[in-house]
Amino acid sequence: MNGNALGGAIQNGYEKVNMMDKEPQKKTKKLTLSDIYEIIAKIIFLLCAGVSVFGVCIITFYIFVMGLPAIFEIGIADFIAGTKWMPSAEIFGILPMIIGSVYVTIGAVIIGVPVGILTSVYMSEYAPKPILKILNPAVELLAGIPSVVYGFFGLVVIVPLINDTLGGKGAGSSLLAASIILGVMILPTIITTTKTALSAVPKKYKEGAYALGATKVHTIFTVLIPAAKSGVFSGIVLGIGRAIGETMAVILVAGNSVIIPESITDPVRTMTANIAIEMGYSTGLHQEALFATGVILFVFIMSLNVVLHFIQKKEG
Amino acid sequence: MKKLIAGLCILAMAFSMTACGSSDTASDNGTAQETEQSGTEEGVTGTVSVVGSTTVQPVAQSIADEFASVEPGISVEVQGVGSSAGIKAAIDGTADIGASSRELKEEEKATGITEHVLAYDGIAVVVNTANPVKDLDSETVKKIFEGEITNWKEVGGNDEDIVVISRESGSGTRDAFEEMMELTEEVDGKAIPTLREDALICEGNGAVKASVASKTNSIAYLSLGYVDDTMNTVSIDGVAPTVETVKSGEYKISRPLLLVTNGEVSEATQKYLDYCLDEGQTIVSENYISIK
Repeated sequence: MNGNALGGAIQNGYEKVNMMDKEPQKKTKKLTLSDIYEIIAKIIFLLCAGVSVFGVCIITFYIFVMGLPAIFEIGIADFIAGTKWMPSAEIFGILPMIIGSVYVTIGAVIIGVPVGILTSVYMSEYAPKPILKILNPAVELLAGIPSVVYGFFGLVVIVPLINDTLGGKGAGSSLLAASIILGVMILPTIITTTKTALSAVPKKYKEGAYALGATKVHTIFTVLIPAAKSGVFSGIVLGIGRAIGETMAVILVAGNSVIIPESITDPVRTMTANIAIEMGYSTGLHQEALFATGVILFVFIMSLNVVLHFIQKKEG
Repeated sequence: MKKLIAGLCILAMAFSMTACGSSDTASDNGTAQETEQSGTEEGVTGTVSVVGSTTVQPVAQSIADEFASVEPGISVEVQGVGSSAGIKAAIDGTADIGASSRELKEEEKATGITEHVLAYDGIAVVVNTANPVKDLDSETVKKIFEGEITNWKEVGGNDEDIVVISRESGSGTRDAFEEMMELTEEVDGKAIPTLREDALICEGNGAVKASVASKTNSIAYLSLGYVDDTMNTVSIDGVAPTVETVKSGEYKISRPLLLVTNGEVSEATQKYLDYCLDEGQTIVSENYISIK
């Protein structure tokens, strides 16, 4: 992007030079070449920055335009609180999917958050350099693995494992399997955010605690983590955002039955899975109902970001 | 805050791309192999668009590839978007030919479209290779899929819970299977599916295949073209699902693969249609049951 901006600006600059050569008498304003260069560069930067804002706006607009009519046609209460999803009979209730998304996310948090926070404590307080040399790239690699690979791993390893040990209605394809996979997937997000927050805690806090006779573990849990809590919460909220929006890995391991799960071994369908599975074949009201599912998902993600915003603002 | 907005945007974009991903690839596959020909000799020239069922798509594409060598002036574009969408495209004229892997509904027939049977396809009921059950009657299959029978020992198998695997709503295979096994009931004029609610849902024939192979106590249904030795087929009322039994009509769970057109068709479309129903049948018979 920088290269393009630069190239464009330089080209425009040359054109300007040529123009000025031909008509020197029109030189009324004292615009130097470098001024023009700056202005053009500024405009290009602005345009690039606009792409992301424009993207958010148009996606929001499109999802709501496509989804809201269906919500009103089905009825808000029937749509959000309905427990049956039968597109062939035009019955669209997404409560099982909402609960599915929430359960799967809670499961991922239960598994991912303690492991993530303790990992970052180890990395910032205990780990010697040689171990960090292995840990850091490992965490980065974990973040770079495509979600379909996570899903496939879950399908061939975790699902049969759950089937052999706990059984259940879905023969392993379950809420638990989805939670485990997502718990691992959100680890890098939580670890990197928490680690940054922990290392930003002023050294004097730790020294003060030691001076008062606190042990290392005591210092970590009563001084360091509380002092870094905004960063820790940001990490958790970002992790939740990743878990609730994950699609491909969940489809492969969750079983996708439209039921409200009663046990951790029951199959479950999330909102994202619902959209991805049925979008290919849907038409008419069915398709609109899938967009409407997107609207609800969007509201969830938006609320999460508002929460995140307040956490970060409060702590400055 | 700015970072947050940017992050959110990326999230939203990624999400929307995932959502459209599958259908995009489907149509890409279809159009990528457009049989573009520049030869304009004596023959007919023109473009034919075939849009519809993903089950029909590979067959229609293979026939189109052969057809290109016979009629180099005609280019055929095949897209797989699903049966309902294909029929709709034929009705409103956005496609020359619509492809369907299920029978036309009454309201679709009422629009005056013409259907041409391209092939027949059986839907096999399949179980894991470790499952001793080899034969079921259609009433029992219905009861298993509705959740009335929940243990394999009730039908002569091991003492294990039955895991039912089905396809996503809107799938032509699911529609056809539900219709033929009467897995729906009429309530207030709507056909409510009676499939057990905790059935696992797999997206596509391939995913069903993988699940049946890995879950010992599962039962599922599959297009006959996808059946191989990673699973066992179950005979229905004593008839095994094979090309021969579907052809003779002994095996009841079969459906037609249709090409539908609306009104007068162009010369190019007619040529492709004729080719599909005549020479193209050799290609059809590789995976499905030819009409000849």
